Amino acid sequence: MSILVDKNTRVIVQGITGSAGSFHAGQMLDYGTKVVAGVTPGRGGTVFQERVPVFDTVHEAVERTGANASVIFVPPPFAADSILEAADAGVALVVCITEGIPILDMVRVRRYLEVTPSIRLLGPNCPGLITPGECKIGIMPGHIHKPGRIGVVSRSGTLTYEAVKQLSDLGHGQSTAVGIGGDPVNGTSFVDCLERFEADPGTDAVIMIGEIGGQQETKAARFVKEHMKKPVVGFIAGRTAPPGKRMGHAGAVISGGEDTAEAKVAIMRECGITVCEAANLLGKCMHEVLLSRRQKPSARPARAAKAAKK
Amino acid sequence: MKVHEYQAKQILRMSGVAVPRGILATNAFEAEDAARQLGGDVFMVKAQIHAGGRGKGGGVKVARSAADVGDIAERMLGMKLKTPQTGPEGQEVRKVYIEEGCRIARELYLGMTLDRESGRVTLMASNEGGVEIEETAKHHPEKILKVAVDPINGLSPFQARQLAHGLKLQGEAVKEFAQFAMSLYRAYMANDGTLAEINPLAVTDTGKVVALDAKMSFDDNALWRHSRIGQLRDPYEEEPKEAQARKHGLSYIALDGDIGCMVNGAGLAMATMDLILLSGGRPANFLDVGGGADEKTVTEAFKILLGDATVRAVLVNIFGGIMKCDVIANGIVAAARQVKLNIPLVVRLEGTNVKQGKQILAKSGLKIVAADDLGDAARKAVAAAKSRRTP
Repeated sequence: MSILVDKNTRVIVQGITGSAGSFHAGQMLDYGTKVVAGVTPGRGGTVFQERVPVFDTVHEAVERTGANASVIFVPPPFAADSILEAADAGVALVVCITEGIPILDMVRVRRYLEVTPSIRLLGPNCPGLITPGECKIGIMPGHIHKPGRIGVVSRSGTLTYEAVKQLSDLGHGQSTAVGIGGDPVNGTSFVDCLERFEADPGTDAVIMIGEIGGQQETKAARFVKEHMKKPVVGFIAGRTAPPGKRMGHAGAVISGGEDTAEAKVAIMRECGITVCEAANLLGKCMHEVLLSRRQKPSARPARAAKAAKK
Repeated sequence: MKVHEYQAKQILRMSGVAVPRGILATNAFEAEDAARQLGGDVFMVKAQIHAGGRGKGGGVKVARSAADVGDIAERMLGMKLKTPQTGPEGQEVRKVYIEEGCRIARELYLGMTLDRESGRVTLMASNEGGVEIEETAKHHPEKILKVAVDPINGLSPFQARQLAHGLKLQGEAVKEFAQFAMSLYRAYMANDGTLAEINPLAVTDTGKVVALDAKMSFDDNALWRHSRIGQLRDPYEEEPKEAQARKHGLSYIALDGDIGCMVNGAGLAMATMDLILLSGGRPANFLDVGGGADEKTVTEAFKILLGDATVRAVLVNIFGGIMKCDVIANGIVAAARQVKLNIPLVVRLEGTNVKQGKQILAKSGLKIVAADDLGDAARKAVAAAKSRRTP
């Protein structure tokens, strides 16, 4: 089992004829992802790498192929429009890889998505998501992943890879690994993913990788405390970053809270998350959490209760 | 991207925001002349640097005559202005802005930025004019009024009036304030603003509402559709290496350590810096080469790192996804040939095309310390930097 995508997911690549789009469409196909269509305005009727039909519009691609997911490799000036096009065509999962979309474009996209709750956006400025062995939508190197039972969710692309590789090297496969992206206005949050991992019978534990800035991790930590039984390992990047370099304080004032690494780590600990101290120990940290759970079956209230009923 | 106060006021004036009349001057003669052109008997002389808190460092002065303006400008120009935001060295004052004075009845705060939580542009207002909003938030959060704007509808006049009401404005000032807020919102949206702060916002004794100070910054990712904003960039306000990096599409922030870092991805870059510190070293910079970098960009990134005399070792940490390891390897080899590499270089490559990347480095004949993983890379870089530190 997995969250958001599996072997039945049918994917459109928007911007399939561009340099990033074509390279990664090829990589996704090689991984076994069902890439059923490409979209590039003006290139409809052609065929990508002799195996994927290209259409002019997302609507046409959906109608003709029954696609239910889309991945966007369109340059920043046109990317917000591409998200809206996919949403308007009824694509249930829209993954936007593009980095550098103007913030106010995303403010409008988010407003549109608020009234179309059947559409889920992942990103922008994200690596995508992968259910190992079944479906890879995005730019992550496929070979480091292994099918398994650990959920991974992260704001940073390359840190996701780091966590995944460490897990795989220790023999822990992943149910699904999701990169939610680092932009200030985006689609899917930590909480959205944690909710699904908690409900997914194929996931035993979750690694959550956050950063300085914003309130997402704080919200996620509270969610873990109130709604999750599965163990969560957490990490915050940027504990040594000089303050005020990336975002002004006015943003923090509005959200009404602290967004430093220390504040986030403290609240994560308070909420029962095992906080990992260094990025090279993510896999080891999860390994130890799993070991300690195995030694103390009572630490798993849900399972223990179920076992008792039997 | 940040702009100066006088530039922000030009932009605001174009959108109909009320700002005092003012003239920019780069020497004392121009300053005195500016005061004569403005007329009146009270003037403000304001140092134009990006950092806030100018008043505290002596960068904002009141003058009573044109001659006085000239004298103040003479002392201010060329001085290294130190404010809580400039750092200990201060920032050299190259321009002063001469403004007409006005009769202030009340000073307020009005700001506008994105609220990440709601995903909406949000206005903040308070009665505590002239006080930093962070201070007000800390000590009197109840004094900050907020209004979130629906991007489809834009700021509604009633929302602006509600803020005026909350600030206990009366009579003509309510209408004036509402118009001011509407115009400020227009200026923000039309130029892809990321921050607009009017602090203080003055209500004059005749009920007029005027921006005494103005701070604006703009979305770097939207500058392609605002060439006029892009031209307002002041190279003197930028760290030279950061400016050079930006030209090549790299994200670089100078720090005070001695281990140069080149990493792909902001999260991994920060985590690498954290790990260097945990291992007992100090990073010289944050450098994210991003996902779309080609061989030339990597070469430029490498040159920026090696151009820093304080760097005693370089750590390259790449986990290739969209970025391919062979591209990084070719960039490193090209850069090392162009710039004489005489400090230890620790490289950790992983991910897309990692085999090709490692082969390229091995064949290059460069002296490279290969690292197996992130922890190993940090330890080796710290050890390398230490070995070159003179006691």
